[in-house]
Amino acid sequence: MDYSRKPAARARISKLLEFWNGIASRDRGGARLLAVLAAVAIASPILNQVVPPSSGLHLSAFGITLIGKYLCFGMLALAIDLIWGYCGILSLGHAAFFSLGGYAMGMYLMRQIGPRGVYGNPVLPDFMVFLNWKSLPWFWYGFNHFPFALVMIGLAPGLLALVFGWLAFRSRVTGVYFSIITQALTYALMLGFFRNDMGFGGNNGFTDFKDILGFDLHSDGTHVVLLVVTAVALAASYLACRLIVESRAGRVMCAIRDAESRTRFLGYPVESYKLWLFVFSAVVAGIAGALYVPQIGIINPSEFAPINSIEAVIWVAVGGRGTLYGAIVGAVVVNYAKTYLTGAFPEVWLYALGALFVLVTLFLPSGITGLQPAWRKNK
Amino acid sequence: MGHLGSGGWRRLLLLPALWSIGLAYAQSPGDAAFLSVLGELRDATYSDKAVIAERLSQTGHRSVRAVLTALMEDRLCYRNSDQKILIVQSADKDPAELIDPLTLKSAGSAPADSLAKIGTNNALRHTVRTVVAHFALSSPDPAVRLEAVRDMLRSLDEPTVALLRERLAVETNAGVKREIGNVLALATLDGSDAKARLEAVATLSHSVSQDVRNRLALLLDKSPDGSFVETDENVRRAAAAAVATIDQWRSFYSGIETLFFGLSLGSVLVLIAFGLAITFGVMGVINMAHGELMMLGAYTTYAVQMAMPGHIGLSILAAIPAAFVVAGLVGVAMERTIIQHLYGRPLETLLATFGVSLVLQQAVRSIFSAQNRSVVTPDWMSGSLQLNGALAITYNRLYTVIFTLIVFLILLAVLKRTRIGLDIRAVAQNRVMAKAMGIRTEWVDAMTFGLGSGIAGVAGVALSQLTNVGPNLGQSYIIDSFMVVVFGGVGNLWGALIGGMSMGIVNKLLEPYAGAVLAKILVLVGLILFIQTRPRGLFPQAGRAGEDK
Amino acid sequence: MSVRNKRLYLEDLTVSFDGFKALNNLTLYVEPGELLCIIGPNGAGKTTMMDVITGKTRPNSGTAWFGDEIDLLKLSEAEIVAAGIGRKFQKPTVFEQLTVFENLELALAGTRSFLKTLRARITASQQRRIEEVLNIIGLSGQSGATARILSHGQKQWLEIGMLLMQNPELLLVDEPVAGMTPHEIERTTELLLSLAGEHSIVVVEHDMSFVRSIARRVTVLHEGQVIAEGDMDKVQKDPRVIEVYLGV
Repeated sequence: MDYSRKPAARARISKLLEFWNGIASRDRGGARLLAVLAAVAIASPILNQVVPPSSGLHLSAFGITLIGKYLCFGMLALAIDLIWGYCGILSLGHAAFFSLGGYAMGMYLMRQIGPRGVYGNPVLPDFMVFLNWKSLPWFWYGFNHFPFALVMIGLAPGLLALVFGWLAFRSRVTGVYFSIITQALTYALMLGFFRNDMGFGGNNGFTDFKDILGFDLHSDGTHVVLLVVTAVALAASYLACRLIVESRAGRVMCAIRDAESRTRFLGYPVESYKLWLFVFSAVVAGIAGALYVPQIGIINPSEFAPINSIEAVIWVAVGGRGTLYGAIVGAVVVNYAKTYLTGAFPEVWLYALGALFVLVTLFLPSGITGLQPAWRKNK
Repeated sequence: MGHLGSGGWRRLLLLPALWSIGLAYAQSPGDAAFLSVLGELRDATYSDKAVIAERLSQTGHRSVRAVLTALMEDRLCYRNSDQKILIVQSADKDPAELIDPLTLKSAGSAPADSLAKIGTNNALRHTVRTVVAHFALSSPDPAVRLEAVRDMLRSLDEPTVALLRERLAVETNAGVKREIGNVLALATLDGSDAKARLEAVATLSHSVSQDVRNRLALLLDKSPDGSFVETDENVRRAAAAAVATIDQWRSFYSGIETLFFGLSLGSVLVLIAFGLAITFGVMGVINMAHGELMMLGAYTTYAVQMAMPGHIGLSILAAIPAAFVVAGLVGVAMERTIIQHLYGRPLETLLATFGVSLVLQQAVRSIFSAQNRSVVTPDWMSGSLQLNGALAITYNRLYTVIFTLIVFLILLAVLKRTRIGLDIRAVAQNRVMAKAMGIRTEWVDAMTFGLGSGIAGVAGVALSQLTNVGPNLGQSYIIDSFMVVVFGGVGNLWGALIGGMSMGIVNKLLEPYAGAVLAKILVLVGLILFIQTRPRGLFPQAGRAGEDK
Repeated sequence: MSVRNKRLYLEDLTVSFDGFKALNNLTLYVEPGELLCIIGPNGAGKTTMMDVITGKTRPNSGTAWFGDEIDLLKLSEAEIVAAGIGRKFQKPTVFEQLTVFENLELALAGTRSFLKTLRARITASQQRRIEEVLNIIGLSGQSGATARILSHGQKQWLEIGMLLMQNPELLLVDEPVAGMTPHEIERTTELLLSLAGEHSIVVVEHDMSFVRSIARRVTVLHEGQVIAEGDMDKVQKDPRVIEVYLGV
């Protein structure tokens, strides 16, 4: 191809190549992560659809869902690490954004049920019929259209983060103060969503979904596709985050993390950096939540519980803060341990989780990925 | 549950003494006389029974009222096997729950057909009612007299009115006098004399009781034929004004009640926030396990109560130091093993202490099971203080408020007047200098953290009286308490006190309009907006936590 | 005295903290291209004065103009930086986790907004400018090293270098040689002298021999006021100065 005639395209391609080389050389952890994600995206469908159930290599529907769940959690951890690891903003309310994204997706899925609900109402979801509501509340309009739901999945958490972050950063609420009020935020949302008259199904939330974009949510095939989509979304989010932290803006973030007032003296609008990142991170968390709901098949207010947010922070700390890929590794490892322990030794899980919090902060400040040979010493 | 002001207050002050006396109660000569008269009821005719009831009331025994009321309600029986007279808890239950007429304590249960009812007729019941009322009216306890007057309100007839008039002449207690006046006025409202009715309305307009208000409102109604129930226009006008006055007073008192609810909710937050103010404010340590230390305090209360089953009232008092020590020791252990390695890294501390909180929760589940444990509320803390017809304050809330103030004063004294308090403040303000002055800063750190944790344990004792004791106890209050600390300004006891109380009151003020959940959300939003103008809270302080890292 | 064409005008500045007057009707001018040293005992108001100029502290009364056009009291901290005033703090504060090069890159004059820095790439001229400054501060060899591993003196120079990246017209330097080895002091002297002329520089310093070696004009502050001004020799002979500062 003759690149000289298309200087813009050429510049773009060389930029991409350079970026990929950058990742491959400077960010080996990231490159490995992307390779693993690619492998998951390719192997899971084969192991589930092609390999017969009788084979030991067959990946069950349960396995598919589990992997999908881990990847969604990985995405949430990634969102947290971007702002915590690189900008020093510890949000203890990120599950709120995750859940909002999940609820937006849930609203779409509820509308898709249509007349197949228990009460057979073509417009109103079952819980509204049950509550004797006569018409759809205004904020449910549009959710029968998938593109609209997609927009809301980003918009709802993004808008909340924008308003909340604007208020908090503007008044220079930092450090533990910020952490505490984010925790209060998710707590307040939890209480709110528990209420029936909020219009989000109260206690029970949304469940009994039928299909997404016309594909049956009870079929393995749909779940496999959802898993692949999740893997791709996670890879894309990872690259986006990597792009941010590798840019000059990323260095400003580190500067803010290490010496906030110095950065301000250099003339950087610290608050606006924090706000942008917080909103971006919230949107990523929202997308993760939106991918989570159709795979798990339920969303209810307990997703907002403060402990969920704190647990997600722990995934990041366990994996290795400030590395991006470490957050994802941490999310997968801790959740795998959780799945195993809550199944095998339910008594032990909380002890283990608690001990993990303590031990990691005391003895493993750079997480399990920090245990590798120090090939990234200079950064 | 109703008790009059003075009686209630006396109860409040004397009960710890009373229950120890009550334990020593035993059968006395008065009991024997009472029992023998009671025994005559078995075979007496209806007219004899009326006389026996009169004689029973003359024995002045403390069980007279209960027994005669039971007779009136057909709940007095005798057992076929031993002819013993007993009260049954409810007339038509099988097997019947039995109550001993002498001690009024439970006497087990028996099948209904093993008991024979002591029969009554209308005339007898009527007489007995008068006897009971008369008996109660001459009781030495004003609270009993007051209750009797209120009972009579329900069945006003000529003899009762006469009885009340008679009593009014000799009554000395102002409260009972007022109540009798009200009842008589209510009786007058049915009379034919318009002038007397007008006077009665004037008397009643000073009342704040719901019953009186409704009765007065009836005067304003129209009969189906369109004419007023009350024929005299002056009376109607006076009644309308009286209803308005009463409504005004009632809303005033309900305002006070809301305020008090707010104060008591605030007290709980304040108690929790005190500990946080010390660990978070003075030491800059954000202790996510604070709620679980509180939970330990509550479980300590439970354990102490289990250890001294016969002394529920005392056990609460004993639990306070016990909870302080248990939670304090756990706190010191946490500080020595974990937190001291994390000073200056608040976010890491937050995560590590959260880990501790999970372990503590699970430990409690393993030891006590995941089910809620209920801590028994001692008698002197249950019930409510009826200040007037419209305002009642429950004792547990009242005690919580008082307890909070006591803890506040003690803490203030410890921090301002003792050596360890001086050391704590010195280390908080300038660690290096304090060290140079020869203060063992490590020891002070441990003690400070122990103090903050111990206060959390004490808060747990108070909480055990208000909610169920379970592994999640700590979680439900901790976020609110952190809000209090952020609102009040870290490291400041006054900030915690005023911040907590005002948050409690605002919460309760909003609740009637917005509902509990929305109120909480509104408070949170308000707080976030408040931080806009005062990022360091109401009472900002400079110290380790005051500095931005 | 002519009050025109100065680089900085501070007039009648008063700052009081809880009744204590950190600055008391302070009046002081800085000429273009001048290297002015400010000395004075602790609590004389040196740091407070710097704080007022950089917008960190607002005075109770008085005026502060940057050139004839810019009223500093109306600008935010970031706007003051953009207007061309750079400040070096007493304690070296560089971004320890970033490399020397990246430190300078962040200090580059130019856009500060998030969306622009997200896409910003270093241009050839910026690259040259960074290398130029690396040369000036003598850290060319450490360009790729993390700032954390630099010596104390090197960190101070890096910080001065970061100020230079913004091409400030006025440099405020707070105790640049505190804690330095004699050799490092010598290098710092050369550095500051080479910068004067192109930039106006205000140095606050305690080290008298260092002040003597660089200053053309010295201002002595005491209790928030200027008590003496002039060249080093004149100032050192001033009886009040000897009384409050040098004589001790």
